[in-house]
Amino acid sequence: MSLWNKHKLIETNSIFLVLGILLVVSIGGLVEIAPLFYLKSTIEKVEGMRPYSPLELAGRAIYIREGCYNCHSQMIRPLRDEVERYGHYSLAAESMYDHPFQWGSKRTGPDLARIGGKYSDEWQLAHLNDPRALVPQSIMPAYPHLANREVNLPAIADHMRANRTIGVPYTPEQIEKALIDARAQVNPDGPDADDFLKRYPKAQVRNFDGNPKAITEADALIAYLQVLGTLVDLKLYDNKANLR
Amino acid sequence: MTVPEMLLPLFFAAVGFVWLLIGARTEEPEFGFHAFLSAAACAAAIFVIFNRYFDRPAEAPPQEIDGKPNYNFDIVRFAVIAALFWGIAGFLVGLILALQLAFPVLNLDLQWIAFGRLRPLHTSAVIFAFGGNVLLATSFYVVQRTCRARLAGDLAPWFVFWGYQFFIVIAGTGYLLGITQSKEYAEPEWYADLWLTIVWVTYLLVFLATLWKRKEPHIYVANWFFLAFIVTVAMLHVGNNLAVPISPYSSKSYVVWGGVQDAMFQWWYGHNAVGFFLTAGFLAIMYYFIPKRAERPIYSYRLSIVHFWSVIFLYIWAGPHHLHYTALPDWAQTLGMTFSIMLWMPSWGGMINGLMTLSGAWDKLRTDPVLRMLVVSVAFYGMATFEGPLMSIRSVNSLSHYTDWTIGHVHSGALGWNAFVSFGAIYCLVPWLWNRKEMWSLRLVNWHFWLATLGIVLYITAMWVSGILQGLMWRAYTSLGFLEYSFIETVAAMHPFYVIRAMGGALFLTGALIMVFNVWKTITVGEEVSSVPAPAMVPAE
Repeated sequence: MSLWNKHKLIETNSIFLVLGILLVVSIGGLVEIAPLFYLKSTIEKVEGMRPYSPLELAGRAIYIREGCYNCHSQMIRPLRDEVERYGHYSLAAESMYDHPFQWGSKRTGPDLARIGGKYSDEWQLAHLNDPRALVPQSIMPAYPHLANREVNLPAIADHMRANRTIGVPYTPEQIEKALIDARAQVNPDGPDADDFLKRYPKAQVRNFDGNPKAITEADALIAYLQVLGTLVDLKLYDNKANLR
Repeated sequence: MTVPEMLLPLFFAAVGFVWLLIGARTEEPEFGFHAFLSAAACAAAIFVIFNRYFDRPAEAPPQEIDGKPNYNFDIVRFAVIAALFWGIAGFLVGLILALQLAFPVLNLDLQWIAFGRLRPLHTSAVIFAFGGNVLLATSFYVVQRTCRARLAGDLAPWFVFWGYQFFIVIAGTGYLLGITQSKEYAEPEWYADLWLTIVWVTYLLVFLATLWKRKEPHIYVANWFFLAFIVTVAMLHVGNNLAVPISPYSSKSYVVWGGVQDAMFQWWYGHNAVGFFLTAGFLAIMYYFIPKRAERPIYSYRLSIVHFWSVIFLYIWAGPHHLHYTALPDWAQTLGMTFSIMLWMPSWGGMINGLMTLSGAWDKLRTDPVLRMLVVSVAFYGMATFEGPLMSIRSVNSLSHYTDWTIGHVHSGALGWNAFVSFGAIYCLVPWLWNRKEMWSLRLVNWHFWLATLGIVLYITAMWVSGILQGLMWRAYTSLGFLEYSFIETVAAMHPFYVIRAMGGALFLTGALIMVFNVWKTITVGEEVSSVPAPAMVPAE
């Protein structure tokens, strides 16, 4: 078996060994990842998907900061019980503006991919303040501080600019009006609400935490939760045209 | 002064200046804390380098003394102590998390220790802090011994060690303060990632440069695995963490990849953190410490060649099995499943190579609790690498995914394989490094072994039952065709198993505390190996 002796070349030369390792460990990743960027079928064609509004984006940052993804998935699988429990299975298009993705890997709590509109703002606020007040058997931590802390509004334009740099289609106008739009989303009777809705169709304009004095982190987080899974028009979604 | 002794303080001065600038301008108090902590660490590093220069002898340490290599074991001793420290910290946080799931009041309504922030602290502490320091210690020990050469570099290994500890501190305090990019096992933000990249490249260079100095013609198999671990982790880390900060004065960044592509990148990284950090690196430990402790050569040289190349080739493909039935295209899921199942073979090949090394020395399992720990770790490796391919089958995964079964699987690998092989290696290394005949008490090693084993059994059986139970409850239908259980009913059903799991964790932590006590006793009062050689045999007249 002379082939075994050939291994001596690699075993006695560290550079061959490093190059051999690099070659062998590159193949799998290249084959599995690269096509996802050019195969057009990877992300379905859908109606209604848009980047997050400034307030929703700020809420998403809070969702990430508190580590919600550790216990809540945002990915409904096409299985009978999941579709009945949570709604239409998740599409790749629905997380195309998520950097990073929030699909999660564990359901200590329920899936949140379509939590938007399932509960009222009041329920969400009370539940964040004290989950066991509403669901006695819940094991979720309480987040009472969110309603008492103002969201960092001046930074939102920076968040949007970074997103634009990596390909999220925010327009310069949207970035310029970030602060106005964030305030407009919690003030349905304000002068900017209509313009805001033109820039972010289907956005929900409400005072989410019922406190008109301040735009709190609870406002932002609830705005984010209430938009999850509501953007894509699933009535228009053509399952057959998007076979992968 | 050597060139590194002049350049490194300049490097730290530049980095420290940048951090002062950031600290002065940032509006985020959490990031400001990290900025000033980093600046202070840079100042401390400069002080230590100069202090060391004035204290050290004029000559660099010799490469050889009396024809024998003058090994650098100081760095290994530091890494062993660091591994013990982070190990206890990581196990303790794990126990707290287990108790929080059983008794949520223990979140104490405090944002800093709520489950969501504490969980990455646990995973990072046990994988990267405990496991990482065990890998630093063993790789620096093994590469010197098997090359018969002193570790390359004078300051560079210390830079790697302290740079890595500082990364751990920044990552861990960041989680508690809410600084995270939310990618599992890659939570640290952009600046910590940049720092780790610098440290890791230095680690690779120190390791390679030591190989170049070797007196042995062949590179020993353990070093192939260490090299694959270091090189591939660098690739994974850079690929998965590419991000754009929202401003140089903010800790927040957005990862370049989004949605489905990011999911694929994440689990390409995540599964190979398992494959290369927790498998390749720890297999290197197996390939050195089991033959040494059993005083037998590796069972099969050819099997180790096949094992090495097949395991590193196949592992990289396995990521998509974390994304079954998701919005990841089916072709990628199928590839991931296929390669995960194939991965069973090289994994068991490696297990056989480790176990069969005991041929002719099986009796030592009765008398040597350290060897028993090493061998049981390989048995757990075999079990976890059978369960993994099983769970990667799509239909099995449809039940197991999102449940505690995954958590149990991870822990049978992490506690049974990684921690046990680490404990075994530490029990070997401590007497060697501190010049002691043996551990202070082998009886305590035995206690550690049985407490930890019992803890693991409680842990994984509780998670099997809770995981499969919850998976079945989620998909249960009544005779009328309605979903039988609300989600919260399936949460409530988990409670007894969460209590049992916490008990298992407590036993495991107790065992580890016994180990720390034993190590401390070995170092302080252990019996020294006498330096006087045994009197030469004189033939009878």
